Amino acid sequence: MLLRHTTQEIKPRKALTINPAKTCQPIGAMYASLGINGCLPHSHGSQGCCAYHRSTLTRHYREPVMAATSSFTEGSSVFGGQANLVQAIDNIFTTYDPDIIAVHTTCLSETIGDDVNQIASKAVADGKVPPGKHVIHASTPSYVGSHVTGFSNMTKAMVTHFARNTGKPNGKFNLIPGFVEPSDMTEIKRVARAMGIQPILFPDTSNVLNTPQTGKYKMFPNGGVTIDALTSAGDSTGTIALGPLASADAARALDTKWKVPCQVQDLPIGLAATDRFIDALRIAAGVSVPDSITIERGQLLDIITDMHQYFYRKKVALAGDPDHLIPLVEFLVSIDMMPVHIVTGTPGKAFEARIRELTAHLPCKVNVKAGTDMFMLHQWIKNEPVDLLMANTYGKYMARDDDIPFVRFGFPILDRVGHSYFPTTCYKGGMRLLEKILDALLDRMDRDAPEERFELVM
Amino acid sequence: MTTDQRTLPDPEAVKKELLARYPAKVARKRSKQILVNRKDETGTVPSIGANVRTVPGIITQRGCSYAGCKGVILGPTRDIVNITHGPIGCGFYSWLTRRNQTRPATLEDDNYMTYCFSTDMQDQDIVFGGEKKLKAAIQEAWEIFKPKAISIFSTCPVGLIGDDVHAVAREMKEKLGINIFGFSCEGYKGVSQSAGHHIANNGVFTHIVGKDDTIREAEYKINLLGEYNIGGDGFEIDRIFEDCGISVISTFSGNSTYDQFANSHTADLNTVMCHRSINYVADMMEIKYGIPWIKINFIGARSTAKSLRKIAGYFEEKALLSRVEAVIEKEMEAVESVRLDVKSRCDGKLAMLFVGGSRAHHYQDLFREIGMKTVSAGYEFAHRDDYEGRQVIPDIKIDADSRNIEELEIQADPVKYQPRKTLEQIKTLEAKGVEFKGYNGMMPDMDENTLVIDDVSQYETELLLKMYKPDIYCAGIKEKYAIQKSGIPMKQLHSYDSGGPYAGFKGAINFYKEIDRMVNSRVWASLEAPWQKNPELSAKYVWE
Repeated sequence: MLLRHTTQEIKPRKALTINPAKTCQPIGAMYASLGINGCLPHSHGSQGCCAYHRSTLTRHYREPVMAATSSFTEGSSVFGGQANLVQAIDNIFTTYDPDIIAVHTTCLSETIGDDVNQIASKAVADGKVPPGKHVIHASTPSYVGSHVTGFSNMTKAMVTHFARNTGKPNGKFNLIPGFVEPSDMTEIKRVARAMGIQPILFPDTSNVLNTPQTGKYKMFPNGGVTIDALTSAGDSTGTIALGPLASADAARALDTKWKVPCQVQDLPIGLAATDRFIDALRIAAGVSVPDSITIERGQLLDIITDMHQYFYRKKVALAGDPDHLIPLVEFLVSIDMMPVHIVTGTPGKAFEARIRELTAHLPCKVNVKAGTDMFMLHQWIKNEPVDLLMANTYGKYMARDDDIPFVRFGFPILDRVGHSYFPTTCYKGGMRLLEKILDALLDRMDRDAPEERFELVM
Repeated sequence: MTTDQRTLPDPEAVKKELLARYPAKVARKRSKQILVNRKDETGTVPSIGANVRTVPGIITQRGCSYAGCKGVILGPTRDIVNITHGPIGCGFYSWLTRRNQTRPATLEDDNYMTYCFSTDMQDQDIVFGGEKKLKAAIQEAWEIFKPKAISIFSTCPVGLIGDDVHAVAREMKEKLGINIFGFSCEGYKGVSQSAGHHIANNGVFTHIVGKDDTIREAEYKINLLGEYNIGGDGFEIDRIFEDCGISVISTFSGNSTYDQFANSHTADLNTVMCHRSINYVADMMEIKYGIPWIKINFIGARSTAKSLRKIAGYFEEKALLSRVEAVIEKEMEAVESVRLDVKSRCDGKLAMLFVGGSRAHHYQDLFREIGMKTVSAGYEFAHRDDYEGRQVIPDIKIDADSRNIEELEIQADPVKYQPRKTLEQIKTLEAKGVEFKGYNGMMPDMDENTLVIDDVSQYETELLLKMYKPDIYCAGIKEKYAIQKSGIPMKQLHSYDSGGPYAGFKGAINFYKEIDRMVNSRVWASLEAPWQKNPELSAKYVWE
């Protein structure tokens, strides 16, 4: 047993987190920064933060993840990190020549109280930022929120730094995809374009963190939202933010400052959430939905009706981020599965209320908690076993110990490929999710079936 | 293509090129850390800048003190509940990511390595202090797990807000009656993870070593220091020791337990694998308990054989010496057939290694065994002695960053000090070629005109690839895909990608085969699509 100390008995815990279902803000900020074309993320803190974030993102994407650090020493921790950051900005522009440096803070620089805005201004005043180049920044203290918060803060920094309103509508539509995979970003753009919309999508890590193998390394890949596009976001027809936690702040900032009307939708995971996204987009952008999209919707529904017997009343345990879990739970209950244990490490009471609402009709008790961990989830599972577990790679330890069919979902996925190339959002993504769920469930049936009940046709 | 056919670039010119683009101040600093390896008539190598501050913004591959302490040294110990005191990230990123394997003896034995424990500090803890939460977390860990020991790892903000983790540890130790100890391994301490190794080892030495005086009935008792069981390396070394009849009292810290550390002072010899991370523990154990130490290396089949002979030589018993020879003979037969086969395909190919505090040195042996040449190498976090040899230690300048890392004052234990060998015996052994406390460093083992680079940056790596076009580049996960996207195979030597073990005899065979797979792979021939290879247009008449 790999998690041999996890007991069925649940003892109260207030101070000790065991097996977290979240990580810290800066990694989310680093991931978002990589979604800007020509951008080098910069971690203002000890060099270990940057090393850890790069390592985790690299393992998840199996792609180069470049970022720089202020490399704080004990001295900088006492006297502040200004000298380190100004020097870093100079060295980065001289050596690596990015168009933008996106600085995020860490618990160290936040605790010291470094004012990155002032330091960046000093770097400009000292002539360390070449003409036409940019330094943007977001405050991302690790002791507030989670990696999702960091993603949100950096995404908001993109619009506050770049977006302008020229008074001349650009005829485009802003889409903020949330903390999703590059494949999802591609999919969201594809769907919007199929509807005749020219999207400005940011951040956009497609073709940054799923680049082709060409034998020629490019430190700044072709993908990522461009400065021009970000600047122009203030002239767009509207904004749809996908995922309230990861994307709403940026959308609201655009609305407040440049009067770009925004709405916040759930991530388009599953049938109903995708329906709402596409319907909202259709109305806000004043377009009609082409048959090609309606056909995809019908195909997703077709898989559901064809395979409903395998989904019906299967109990599911889930760990992940609120923006993903809410539409995922909605999707699972819509195909008559029963999500019975749901945890996220990201704090926020709204999450629990939404999940309660979505699962109110289920004929069983539902455990849901925000700001908790996978140890809690595992204990719940030991008390009420499930037929399926969906979580990031760390879930595999629970799945192995308790012999639970397992679908990898969320961040990070460290032991499989696919997530960066194949989406789980929109109708196509819904089909992929169902394929993965069915593979896990049916493989288990095949494994466990007595010989006489081992079926060719399922 | 072999080296004979390939003209290598002039290393001085390469160095110049590496520094050309940097701002002047950076170039000055880096020029001390980039050296062309040349031995003078006495065999002395030039002096290198190492264990110095990283240049901010340069894109280093280094990590932090916390990573070295919690991740590297205490990470592989399975039965201590390791609580990270700080915001959630540090605990999360160091959770199961290093591939150090562990094998509890029974299902009932403790194993917390699959768990991540953290106080998950929130803003109110930063403002009002986190000691209360830390105490509560320790109490909860005790209630749930009843472990034999709990340790606390400080992250950056802990030092700044002034939480006294050591006072909390003392208080809770008193209260719960188990061993509880803290590490002040805040990420900003020192200049790399090396500081964390030192802090961790000092802690293990102070709080655990020497707590259990049970004398095990066993022959040829040794400790293996600086072996972390990545990819199962330690298991392979254990297998060989067992075949030889050598008893391992403790390993620091691959596949280790609390009890092994506590009993480690009963061994009769310390063998040091990774000099960087642990040589000071060997020194301290010699001073306090009288256990001599020797440097060994189980990376490479020949190095393994040499190390076994060294250990057997120390014990001076014929039975052991002949048993070791028998093991070497048997193992080398299997090794040689694979080695010669692989060498026929790898001979003359070029390698680069930028990793660790010992691996960039040790793995050159394995490459040499299959005829591959290391043209450039360097460490990520090593000190001058790891490059130039231990004789430089008295000359190493102690700077502000090193001064912050505690050096323990050790004296002979009034009761437990017991020299395993008299001075006379040591001298006799030395005359027979058993070298005590010796490590000559990486540079003397490298060819003339090779390039030695400390704390290599991303920028320098890219230029090296262009100028040398090596057949393989070895480093860590952060470098991996930028190298492979350049069309050059990249082997991780921190975590071994998904492979291992590479230590010992079976490990050598695994490594030969792995490198053969990588440098002779056909996949690299597919980089271009047919229409990229032959882009000229062709046309057909419609009636064709």
